[in-house]
Parts: sequence; C-alpha cells; structure tokens
Amino acid sequence: MSILSCTQSLAVTGSGGSGAITVGNMLLQIAASSGLYGIMRRSVGPQIRGGESAALLRLSAQPVSGPDDRFDLLLAFDWLNADRFALEIPLDSASLIISDSAHSEIPDVILQSGARVIQIPLQQMAADISGGRVNMIGLGLLCALLELPSELSRTVIRSTLASKGEAAIEAALQSFDAGARYETSFQLPCPALQGGTTAARWNISGNEACALGALQGGVRFVAAYPITPATDLLEWLAPRIEKIGGSLLQAEDELASINMVIGASFGGVCSMTATSGPGLSLMAEGIGLAIASEIPLVVVNVTRGGPSTGIPTKSEQSDLNIALYGQHGDAPHLVLAPQNISDCIQTTRWAVQLAEILQTPAIVLSDQFLGQSRFVIPAPEPVVDSDSIARLRQIQHSASATPYQRYLINDSAISPMALPGTAGCSYTADGLEHTCTGKPSSIATDHHDQLDKRQHKLTRYAFGTQWAEVQGSGPIAILCWGSSSMAVLEAAERLQQSGQPVKVIAIRLLAPAQTAALERELQDVSQLLVVEQSHSQQFYRYLRAHYALPAQVQVYAKPGPLAITPGQICQALQALSGESI
Amino acid sequence: MNDLAKAKTYKSEVKPIWCPGCGDFAVLSALTKAFAYLDLDKKDLAVISGIGCSSRLPAYLSSYGFHGIHGRALPVAAGLKLARPELTVIASGGDGDGFSIGGNHFLHACRRNLDLTYIVMDNEVYGMTKGQASPTTKPDWVDSPLTPHGTGVRPFQPAAIALAAGASFIARGFSGDPNGMTKLIIDAIQHPGFAFIQVLSPCPTYRPEQKLWKNQVSSFPHAPTDNPLEAATRLYADDGMSSGLIFQSQYPAWQQTSAVTASIHQFEEEFIV
Repeated sequence: MSILSCTQSLAVTGSGGSGAITVGNMLLQIAASSGLYGIMRRSVGPQIRGGESAALLRLSAQPVSGPDDRFDLLLAFDWLNADRFALEIPLDSASLIISDSAHSEIPDVILQSGARVIQIPLQQMAADISGGRVNMIGLGLLCALLELPSELSRTVIRSTLASKGEAAIEAALQSFDAGARYETSFQLPCPALQGGTTAARWNISGNEACALGALQGGVRFVAAYPITPATDLLEWLAPRIEKIGGSLLQAEDELASINMVIGASFGGVCSMTATSGPGLSLMAEGIGLAIASEIPLVVVNVTRGGPSTGIPTKSEQSDLNIALYGQHGDAPHLVLAPQNISDCIQTTRWAVQLAEILQTPAIVLSDQFLGQSRFVIPAPEPVVDSDSIARLRQIQHSASATPYQRYLINDSAISPMALPGTAGCSYTADGLEHTCTGKPSSIATDHHDQLDKRQHKLTRYAFGTQWAEVQGSGPIAILCWGSSSMAVLEAAERLQQSGQPVKVIAIRLLAPAQTAALERELQDVSQLLVVEQSHSQQFYRYLRAHYALPAQVQVYAKPGPLAITPGQICQALQALSGESI
Repeated sequence: MNDLAKAKTYKSEVKPIWCPGCGDFAVLSALTKAFAYLDLDKKDLAVISGIGCSSRLPAYLSSYGFHGIHGRALPVAAGLKLARPELTVIASGGDGDGFSIGGNHFLHACRRNLDLTYIVMDNEVYGMTKGQASPTTKPDWVDSPLTPHGTGVRPFQPAAIALAAGASFIARGFSGDPNGMTKLIIDAIQHPGFAFIQVLSPCPTYRPEQKLWKNQVSSFPHAPTDNPLEAATRLYADDGMSSGLIFQSQYPAWQQTSAVTASIHQFEEEFIV
C-alpha cells in the first residue's frame, strides 16, 4: 500500500496554554502505539502564553514524510488569533471543522474554505467533570473518530501525565472518555487507518535526531546559547552527554559558544554547537577562525524565518547563503543538509566524521520543520560501537621535524594535528595566515600555499555516494535539498502513479560542491525543476554558480513559513513540462 | 640548568614584533620565569590570545598556543580547559581585546571561575591599529584623530569590575617590576580558580608619556584580602597605579563532572515506540 492511499491530516489549534500541542503529542504517541506512522509539526506564535499554537498531524499506516496539501480535520479549542495560522492549515469542502460551541464565532478566513462545521460543547462537557480538561475531551473525540484503541490511549495519557498526580490523571481520563463517548453523526472522509504494523518504530524529533547523530559521531563537548528553534536540541543533549563522559556548557553568547568549541576541539575533544540564523551570524567570524586554523567542529543550524529576528518559531530554508558564504576571505568548509528525520541522525553523524577527518568546520542545515516536528519512523539501523569512530582525526604523536609542522603541505592536504600534551609537537594555532609551522606570515607564497592546502583537502577527498540521494531516471528531474526533499519525494511518487516518472536528486553535501557527480546525474536530463523554501532562490543561484544545468529550468522557490507540499510540486512540474500530469 | 636558562627554554624562535621599549617584553620574560619556577612541562601548557600587540605572545612561547580572533581569548581558553582539565591554560591579551570587544567574556569568565589565568597587558591604547583610545584610556586623551576631543568617557576599572563580576583572584602588576610580576603570575597559576592580573605595560610608541610610569607606580598599600567589601573600598580609593595582589578568595573552581554512566544505545531506546 502506498502512502498515498490513506493518510489523515489533522490540525489541533488553540491559544497558547490551551493544550493543543499536548493533544498533538499524545495523539501521535497513541497512533504510534497502535501500529501507525505519522508526523506532528508545530506552529506556534512568539508568545510564551496566550499566543496561538497548532499541532499539525498526518497519520498513516505507511511511513509519512512531510505534510499533505490539505487537512481532513481541524479541531479548534478557540478561535483566538486563528488568522495567524489559517494559511498554514489549508481546508476545503471535504474537510471537517470541530469547534467548541462556547466559541461559535468562527473567523471568515476559516469559513471561506467551505469546510463542514460541527459545534460541540467542549467547555460545557469539561465543566461537568471535576478538574475536566477541554483538550482531553478533544483527544477522546479524535481517538474515537480515528478508531484508535482506547486502552492504548489510556496508557499514553497515564504515562504522559505521570508527574501530575493521580487526580489529574483521573480527570484527564474522565475527560477523554467523555470525548470518546460523544455521539457523533459524522465521519472522517477516510475513517480508520487500516494496516497498522508491528515493525520497530521510533518517535523522535529532528532536533533529537541531530543530537543523537552528533553523539554517535563522537561529539563529547558542546557549548551553546539558547535560541529558538535549536534550544530543544541542546536540552535533549545536556543531561545525556554528561552521562557518556562529555559536557555541555551554556555560554554567555554565540561568540563564546563557537570559540569555546574551537578551544575544546583544539584540545582534541570532538565538539559542536547548535544555533539558528541570528546565532549563525554571530558565529561567522569564529567559523572563519576554525577554517584558517584548521579546527574540526560542527555547527547545527536549525533554520528559522529570516532575516534578522524574522520568524523564530517557523521554518524556512533561507540560511543556505550564509552557511555557504558567511565567511570573509576564501574560506572553504563543509555544508551538509539532512533530508528527513532519520537522515538528521546520519547526516549529523557524517558531518562530525568529515569535520574530524578534514579538520574544518561542518555546518549542518536543519530547519524548524525538521527540528521541532515529531516523526514516527521505521527504527533506524543500529550503529556499531559509536565510541570507536570518534578518533578520525589525524594526530601525530611524535614530531618528525623541528619545529613541528602543524600545517604541513602533503598530498592529501590534511596535516597532522598534535594535541596539547604531546611532547615535541607544540605549536601555536593561528587565524593569521601562517607558514607550515604556524608562524604568522604575510608572504604571498605562504598565503597561496595555505589557501591551496585548505581548498585541496576538500576537493581531493572522496565523499562517495552520500553526497546526494538519487531516485528514478529519465529526462525530467527535480533538484532539491534539505527538508523540502520530503515533499519532493512524495510528489515523485504521485507522478509515478499517474504515469509521469521523474528523477529526484536531493543534495546532501552542499559544500564542497560535487560538480562532476551532479553533472553526471544531469547528463540525460532535459527539463529540471528546482525546489527550495527561500524567497531569493538561494539554492538555484548556488546551482547556477557551481553546475552546468539543462537548458530548460524552472524554479519553485517559496519562502516560509508555509510548508512546501507535494501537490504544489506536481503543479510546478506540470508548468515545466507543459502537459497535464 | 640555572633558572634563567630554564626560563629561556619556554621561548620560541619567533622574534617578537613589539616596538623597542614595549612593556610586553617584560611580561613575556616574567611568564617564562614563572613557568621555570613552577617547573611546568611545556607540553602541558597552553597560552591562548586574541588580537592586538600583546596577543602576539603565544607565538613567542614554545608551549602550545592559540592566537585566535579579537576579543575571544577567554572562550577559547575556557573550551580548552573544559576539554582538557589537566592542562595549565593561560589567556592573555590587551585592554582593548579584553575589556572592549571581549568585555562580556571577561565578566562571565570572572563569575564562571574556571581554573584559568588571565593576563591583560594594559597600555590604555590600541597599538596594533596605531593609537586609538581603549576602554582604560583617560577621557581627556586627545592624541588620537579618531577621538579628537578625547573619549569623554570614564575609564573602565578592570580590578573593580573583576571583583564585582566574582573573580576569585585579582592582582595588578607592572612591567617595570619584573620580579613582582613573576611572583604574581606564579600565585595566579597556582590559584585554583579564575586568576586575573592587570599588568600596567607601557606603550612607548603611542603613549610615550607612559615611560614615566616607572616613577608613578607604587605597591598596593594593603595585604591581600578575601573580603570583597574591603577590596572594593580599597579599589575605589586607589588611583589604579599600584601593583600587588588585591583580592584572593577560595570560591570553588567551576568544573564539569562527567562520568560514563550510560551508553548511546540507552538514549536510542528512549525513542522506541
């Protein structure tokens, strides 16, 4: 069965504090326990309390990648600030809206979708229960509609609310039951999700996945400053990294974070930081220092809407330019992007390994969509002994020349990097241009030699087939990167089913550009669609700079915070090929 | 090997770029004497700096070193110390690097109290960019075309600010008193926590009037105290031109405790549905 055959897209909304996100998390966990896959995206306002919040779910018996084009159901606990997320929840005449009859004034922006509205007295029902909660009544309603087993739901409620005490759990269960028992005269267009699996699955967010990948890669030191939407990555890491012999420090700012990471990595401990756009801007100079002084490190950037403070709580792919070109001078480094949740683990792990091998910073471009969504995914393949792969750095334990040649130029262009504590190998790492011993130098030949060396270590390295995920073949191709790859792959599946096969090339390694490899993949392609979530076509311009593209190229570039959906990509491809798909 | 010969082994072959008469030569020399006195193994020693004349110092030593970017010596030093607590880590730099562009790190390094030594060579001027006012420059100094009317801003008070920010070792040294400075550096390295030394280090090129400091600097007229209130009173009564150990307190040095009590595999199990 394809993922296209039956998926349910549900939105649960309410003002901040209404418990919409809690319902979303619980519903995802209940669905997962009953053998389903799914995702839950979060769209919240900037306020801590009282703003808008929306849990956006898509459930299926098959693995789900990104969001669908439309929603089957919207459950709204109230309509405060509904205009702020209305565009993110596309409804149509086949959709259902469940509204609390206590908040009957449904905004026009919602009503104009033509969706059918059902009023249910949620607040009144909650008032009839001691400690009753509207959101748990809503959860009961949804579980009944989706025909999810109620004993599983009760288990999830109990475990989620374990710390709240027995009275709260009892009230939640009573509320849940009231919702589940509510006599409804309506059904979802595609009611029960059949075909649940017993296969091993994980319930994980992209931020957790990047953090896990970093630990698997060998990261044992983290310094970082809180920033939305990267904070929960750090909050997952902090209590765990210290249990495996590492440490995480909350620094005074991002300037300190990146420089602490540089210091720790200079000391030989595999190190990283995580941040988002504004923090990446502040780290730009430090990343340049790590490039010049050849210090391995990883920066996970969970991209949010920019520029400036932008939209901290919502997603965009608009930090590509700064990740690629954020340094002054000629500053070759690594830029990688995960394409889905399990790839957050793999790509971050690979980034750590590449940084260590190549002695240079690696920027991992995740985004708010990947980072803060929870996904139920097939359990990833276990990684063999993570601790054994932490030592990829070329370390020299004894000096072969005096003074020690830290920046020795050799065939691989990767020099030995002695760790402090090694006798006879002491050197001063420097952001000043230097000779092969690290001595500051402004001599042209030293500059040229070291520029060549820092470039060559990246261009001479064989990155293998992981630079991209390539699927399908034929003269029509879609080129994408990062989180929008998920919608692209689903679009490709829909097109395949309608007899229009397309090739998909999703680039994982953005820098250094893999020109020969991509051009090989584009050899037989005559029509190309480029998909990205940015306003100024950053990805397309990057492609134009580094690769020879087919004559006919169409760009589908849309800024955040609206998700790129499979249907939009199918339409864009239709426009490109000029025929009905 | 006599002490002087031993001290010399901590110097590298790189020739300093400093001007003749620069106070930083004496700081370099005092550092190496302190290392010799403490018999530090230079493989276990790292000196970290930012940008400026005085920040060139690590290259002139035969220990491990890091010459980073402007203002960020302390975070690099902190990261290294956290990663490798067994190393002796010293951060050094100038007044612009430490108190202006790196001011925030200075505050937080004082309160974090990692076991580091921070030596600031203070000459009240930006030398490398050819003579602009620094945070410690007097408000009526008009010799820089960048501030033709003087800064008009009260100078930064390094020792008082370090005290307020929670530093556990605060001293002031003078490059014209190499023996006193060596002693302070020894005490600072031995201090189990963040040790801050402001060294009055004249710039003969852009602040030639500082050549007179040798007649102006006196000994700090009090024995060191561990009472912050007393230290504050003394510092506010002081003209900033006295040298000695001002404040030392045994706040516990901050360190991260981590022991292996779990495996990554256990974290993975948390995700299983």
